[in-house]
Amino acid sequence: MFAKNLTKIYYGKTVVDSVNFEIPKGKVLSLIGPNGAGKSTVMGMISRLVASDAGLVDFEGTAIHKWKSRDLSKRLAILTQTNNIQMKLTVRELVSFGRFPYSGSHLTAKDIEIIDQAIGYMELTQMQEQFIDELSGGQRQRAYIAMVIAQDTEYVLLDEPTNNLDIYHATNMMKTVRRMCDELGKTIILVLHEINYAAFYSDYICAFVGGRIAKFGTVKEVMTKENLSEIYGVNFEIQEVEGKPLSIYY
Amino acid sequence: MICKNLEMTAMTIEERSIANVGTFFMIYLISPWGRLLDLSKNYSSTIVLLISAIALSVLSIFIGVINLTPADLLAGNFDQMEILVISRLPRLLAILCTGIGMSVAGLIMQQLCMNKFVSPTTGATISSAQFGILLALLFMPSSTIWSRAIFAAICAILGTWIFVWFVQRIQFKDVIMVPLVGIMFGNVIGGVSGYLAYQYEMTQAVSSWLVGSFSTILQGRYEFVYLVVPLVIIAFIFANHFNIVGMGKDFSQNLGINYNFVLFMGLSIAAMITASVVVVVGSISYIGLIVPNIVAMFKGDKIRGTLADTALSGALFVLTCDLIARVVIAPYELPIELIVGILGSLIFVAILAYRLNHGRKAIGRRSAEGIVQ
Repeated sequence: MFAKNLTKIYYGKTVVDSVNFEIPKGKVLSLIGPNGAGKSTVMGMISRLVASDAGLVDFEGTAIHKWKSRDLSKRLAILTQTNNIQMKLTVRELVSFGRFPYSGSHLTAKDIEIIDQAIGYMELTQMQEQFIDELSGGQRQRAYIAMVIAQDTEYVLLDEPTNNLDIYHATNMMKTVRRMCDELGKTIILVLHEINYAAFYSDYICAFVGGRIAKFGTVKEVMTKENLSEIYGVNFEIQEVEGKPLSIYY
Repeated sequence: MICKNLEMTAMTIEERSIANVGTFFMIYLISPWGRLLDLSKNYSSTIVLLISAIALSVLSIFIGVINLTPADLLAGNFDQMEILVISRLPRLLAILCTGIGMSVAGLIMQQLCMNKFVSPTTGATISSAQFGILLALLFMPSSTIWSRAIFAAICAILGTWIFVWFVQRIQFKDVIMVPLVGIMFGNVIGGVSGYLAYQYEMTQAVSSWLVGSFSTILQGRYEFVYLVVPLVIIAFIFANHFNIVGMGKDFSQNLGINYNFVLFMGLSIAAMITASVVVVVGSISYIGLIVPNIVAMFKGDKIRGTLADTALSGALFVLTCDLIARVVIAPYELPIELIVGILGSLIFVAILAYRLNHGRKAIGRRSAEGIVQ
């Protein structure tokens, strides 16, 4: 999967400006950068939620907008923060929607097995009959991730999965992301605000500034004092923890 | 407001007492239904609702100005058979279709618009359908019920589309803001209808579609309402599509669903159901608003799991209101819209209080997320 000269213009303002990159397969890639840098828009374009104004996204040899939406939804899953959270669905009902691209409204025995596994993987078996609007933010987020797992796609795109979660739940969410990559072999692309989560749990980082890619590389390559100061415009110090470069900013 | 029932040819004191017995019997039937709603996770609520609906339906057939008894019917009394076939049965079927149709239309609209206060009443659907009937009367004075229904359906679909299109474009989507816009939009359409009706001296004709009533339902004049049945079946087939669209645009696209297509198709189904009810019975408010809300409180929002309960509860609600309308000042009858309005507005206020106490937190969380992004 790669993007070529990808461009998005909102009301005459170029939000994403001719961006080129290739997504490393089977790895965790984090998109970071200041507000308005265009990372969420790039995420939208590579997942066909947002139409690009120029350039193309190539997914497995075919331009992403030429894919049938239903077929693409078996290969690539995207989870954003714009879902209707007042809907009174049980965890199990929500996770079952993950099988919709495969079986529509008629779940097969295999679907039910996959749903059970996904619920078990996210440790939601105990609360699978609870309504999602009664869960805590962290539990609800886990339910959505379980749905994405049930969707059984090679690519998983998560737009700010740690948003509105406390330190405990956010860290567990990142551990889950790592596990999904290592154990289930998924290619995961994240939009993150918290750069230390990106540094500790991902393999590659892509930093955006002003609609362009400022840095793209392995965590070690991107997470340097000079790079981060340039990207965010504040002072940085880098410290190594468990072999990973973590940053302190002030 | 008092309409004379078409059946009212002979009245005796006997009928009043039957009506009173009927009221007691009805209350007796409804009270266990309320308690049993707690059994939410299985089909018992559906079965209880179904039994109650059948019992009230039987009661509905045997209540009326002319005395109708099961014994006479079984004995093959021709006059009694005639009343049953020409008046009582059509009325019952119209009531059932109205209750099922309006509550399912409300359920679909609430899901698709992600707002528990959107319904055919608060989404400008009913007033658009009335506007369509008026247009049919103006341009085709000799129009049949079929052509009026087509006008009503087209206008109801267009009115609902315009409302939803507009709501999608306004920036802040407060839970209360959306239905308020719908009520205002509906009143604007109602105002135009009123003006046109006044200009062309049709106020009298139009008023019969403004106030819903079952007293004019007779064989040969109501069959259009059967259209509700296939539309509800279509709604059941696409229930999961509506659910997914109700979760949001990104959520739907992720699962490979064409958001706008399902949204506008669902709205069209709801509008067509509404139009077929309005053209036969007239305007019946609140059902589409309160029935899906109450069922969702107990059974959740998964349409596949709630559609049967919603439809049956709607039928029960209309049956109950119709029986009250018929027995309260028997042998005369009140228009059902009056009873529905009184009961409905009281229940609506209770739901409003409940939703605002339980929903505000979620809205706050959502808008906070919007700011972060």
